[in-house]
Parts: sequence; C-alpha cells; structure tokens
Amino acid sequence: MTKRAKSNKSKAKTPRAPAKTRTRPMLPKRGRKIPQRDPPDSFVDAAARALDLKLEPAWKGAVKTNLEVTLALAALFADFPLPDDAEPAPVFSA
Amino acid sequence: MDTAWAYSSEIAAAVCDGRVSATAVVRAALARIAKHDRVLNAFTAVTEERALAKAAALDAERARGRRLGALAGVPFAVKNLFDTAGLPTLAGSKINRDRAPATRDATVIARLEAHGAVLVGALNMGEYAYDFTGENVHYGASRNPHDLGRMTGGSSSGSGGAVAGGLVPIALGSDSNGSIRMPASLCGIFGLKPTYGRLSRAHTFPFVASLDHVGPLARSTRDLVLAYDAMQGHDDDDPVCAQRPVEAVAPLLERGSAGLRIAIAGGYFRAGASAQAQTALARVAAALGVTNEIELPEAKRARAAAYVLSASEGGALHLGRLRARGRDFDPAVRDRLIAGAMIPAAHVVKAQKFRRWYREQVLALFAHVDAVLAPATPCTAPAIGQRTFVLDGVELPVRANLGIYTQPISFIGLPVVAVPVPLQPLPVGVQIIAAPWREDVALRIAHALEQAGIAAATRPSLAGAG
Repeated sequence: MTKRAKSNKSKAKTPRAPAKTRTRPMLPKRGRKIPQRDPPDSFVDAAARALDLKLEPAWKGAVKTNLEVTLALAALFADFPLPDDAEPAPVFSA
Repeated sequence: MDTAWAYSSEIAAAVCDGRVSATAVVRAALARIAKHDRVLNAFTAVTEERALAKAAALDAERARGRRLGALAGVPFAVKNLFDTAGLPTLAGSKINRDRAPATRDATVIARLEAHGAVLVGALNMGEYAYDFTGENVHYGASRNPHDLGRMTGGSSSGSGGAVAGGLVPIALGSDSNGSIRMPASLCGIFGLKPTYGRLSRAHTFPFVASLDHVGPLARSTRDLVLAYDAMQGHDDDDPVCAQRPVEAVAPLLERGSAGLRIAIAGGYFRAGASAQAQTALARVAAALGVTNEIELPEAKRARAAAYVLSASEGGALHLGRLRARGRDFDPAVRDRLIAGAMIPAAHVVKAQKFRRWYREQVLALFAHVDAVLAPATPCTAPAIGQRTFVLDGVELPVRANLGIYTQPISFIGLPVVAVPVPLQPLPVGVQIIAAPWREDVALRIAHALEQAGIAAATRPSLAGAG
C-alpha cells in the first residue's frame, strides 16, 4: 500500500470552538485546593474597597457570615410587592 | 427608713415629709453600689460628689420650706450613652473614652433632676447598643441579680442589673430593637419603651436613628410612671421628639384594665417561645381574661426589615470609626457593623417602604383592640457566654435571636411595657403593646397585673454579690 504523501498545502484551519463557560467548580487536583470565589466573598472585598475600609484577614470570615445572614433576611422582604408610589416610612418636611 | 428596696414613690414621700433626708437616701444607695456592684458590674461610673451635692441641695430646699418634686431624693442611674456632664459618653465602647467629657446632661436626665431625682452614676451597656446579651468585652458582662452566672440581657444591661439588684429604684435605658424590654424581661423588672418620638433623645449617643427610643426601667409600674411623666414633653433639641403636650399617666393608673380590649399576638409570636415564656404569657392572659388572638401580618418580614435597617444605619454611623480604629471595637460588634455598611441601598430603601406598609396594617388592628400581648423574650436568661440556644427544636445564635419578639414592635414605634412574671427559678417578661401615644393603656394594664400579683419584680437574694 502506497502511503499518500503529505500535502504541502496549508489546510484551512477549522476555527476553534469558543471556550465553554465553566458552570461547575473545577474539581481540585490531588493535593491542591482551588480557592472558591463565592459572590459574597468577592462582594465583601469590593465593598470594603468602595467604602475605603481596610478589612483585616482575621475579620473577613465573620463579616462575610454576617453579610450573608443580613442578605438572607433582606430577601424576606426585598420582593414583597409594593406599588411604585409606595412611600418610605420617614417623611421629610422642607 | 430602709431605702434599699423602697419604691421611688415611698422614698420621695419620706424625703418630702422629712422622715429621711435626701442625703441619707443617696448615701445608702452609694453604699449598696459599693457593696454589690463589684459582682453585678452594672455601673461604669459613680457620680458620688455630684449626687451628694444634689442631695444636700434638696435637703436645704426642704429646710427652707420649699416644696420638693415627685421624685425628691430618688437615686437613679443612666445607660452610659446618655450625656452626663463631666463624663465622656462611652456608649459601651473603648473608643468613646477619648471623647471630651459631655458639657451638659441629656435632656431626660435634666428633667428627672428637675423633679428632684438624684443621678448617682452611669451604667454598663453592650457596645454601641448593638447587643442583646449584656456582655461587653471592654467593661465585662453585667450579671443577672437572679443568677450571677446569667445574662442581664442588653443592650441596657447595667440598667437591668442595677434596678433588679436594688442598687437604684429607677434607671434609664434605650431601645431600638429590644434593649429596654430584653433586660427588663431577663432581670425580672418593669420596662417602658414609649412611642417613637415621645421622649427626647437629645444629648444621647445614637445607634439607629430610625428606631432609637429612650425609656425607664423600675421595680414597679408606679415608679415607671413617675419617671415617664417627669421626662415627657417636646424638646427643641430633638427633631424627632413629637410636638405633644405632657400626657401624665399617674392620675390614670388606678383605672386598671377595665373596659380595655386585649388580645394575644398569634402566628409569628406563638412560634419559638420556650415553655417558660409561654407560661408567663398564659398567666398574664388568664389574669386579664384574654383568650382571643390577633395576628400582626408579616411580622417575620418586619423583624427582618428592622434587622436590615439597624445593621445599615449602625454601619453607616460608625464607618469613620471602623476605618480608623477597627481593632478597638468589640469584634462581635465590629464585624456586624462592617457587614451593615455593605448592605445594598436598595434593601434599605425597601425596608423603609415595607415599614410604612406594615405600620398601616398593624394600626388598622388597633381599631379592634386596645392592647396586644406577646412574649418579651423567647426564653429566660441564658448563661453568660452562651452562644446558641434551641428555639422550636432549632439551634440558633443567641445574640441575633433574643429579639425576635421585640423587633417587629419597635420597628414601627409602638409603646410597650415589659412586665416581669416571677417564675422559678428565673423570671421572664411579657410585652403589653398599645397603639401609638397610648402608653396610658399599656401602663394601666401593667399596673392591674401588678396589683393582682401576676407581674412582680421579686427581690434576688444577692447572696453571692458581696
């Protein structure tokens, strides 16, 4: 059987498929933990920067936990149906 | 006269009659504080010189034949967020030690003294009032006089301990989410959180402007009323203080509960209470002949919204201090305040809008009732240092959950009297909740319960208190 000579023509390259967005966390390779960036964790960092607040590493866990609790409580009323013209409780007088 | 456990009305009558001098009364109070406060840890400052000077002035007035006020010679103390001339207003913190001493007293202190009461000191509290336990990493936990290993509750911890321990007959506290009602309940005394805007907050260190109230704690309803009536009235120094005349309750107290429509708060307020809290509520309801229930709609959401407002406003208030001196906070307070400062504004705005809706719903209920009963705390006093407790079979953090019954009420500024029900081994409180500006209704009911022996501030033994 005669082997076909490799062609010198450059083959049109098939465009590479776009990278898939990761929807599941990567499984950790043996012996190495990949840090999770849960939304509250990165939010805490960003909020601290926005507030010009230096967050010591030792505080971060408790701050994050407290924020998660507070946001969970906010979720209890955040979607409570109120009309657009609902007034806030405090009323300002000029 | 042994003034150790005397009521304010008895002390004032005796001083006015000349049976005892104001100086003797104040010296006796100072001696009790010196003896017992080493263990109770209710006081952060004792204003001995000032108190004796005031007492001497009262005695001189009496000697001149002048008529003395309704609180003549009555020793009282105040949570250390009230400005007290000559002292830095600590608000339970280390950071505030560096503040310049207050140049004047809080308005309500001045009004009590104008009626003859004598300030003897400043009281311990949870740091910056963001506390339900009475623990304080800088000044130590205040101890419950009924069981020294247990919490007083907070944040008006020293106020609860000082009154329950017989150190003073009247103390002032503040209440944004339960900080008068909590120590009243856990320490077995009476506490009044008036209507939002009823009593002046001028010259006090704030916590949550939307929710802060000030009020008295005492061992009898009559003492509560004496203090409350003396403090009433508009104050130009407090923009939140309502333009209302003094509406004295003392002449109305003996009317009792006759003719008042009372119901028990159902639904949310029935869940999670310990057997003791339920027993206390049942006793109060039975004594008043109350069997019907009324449901405050969306109380769970209301509590959540109060929580969010408190965290957000507290975090905003302290942001500068968090930036500059974060390490000087109680970590348990600091980390909650930081989290509070991070709450998205949309949630805060929604909380305030929900607050108006909830207020309208609850006020509509008062067309059908004059007062509503609910537990003050879900349990009797936890141990000092206890981090979790079990409510309805679920283990929950103590700090965040002691206020589950108080928060939905202070959220909309309703007046509440917390009455102590003397269970064994520990007392626990019940809230008597009235419509806005109807402190008279809540106090009349409280007085009726006291006269029936259902609500009572029993004396602790203080056997281990020195």
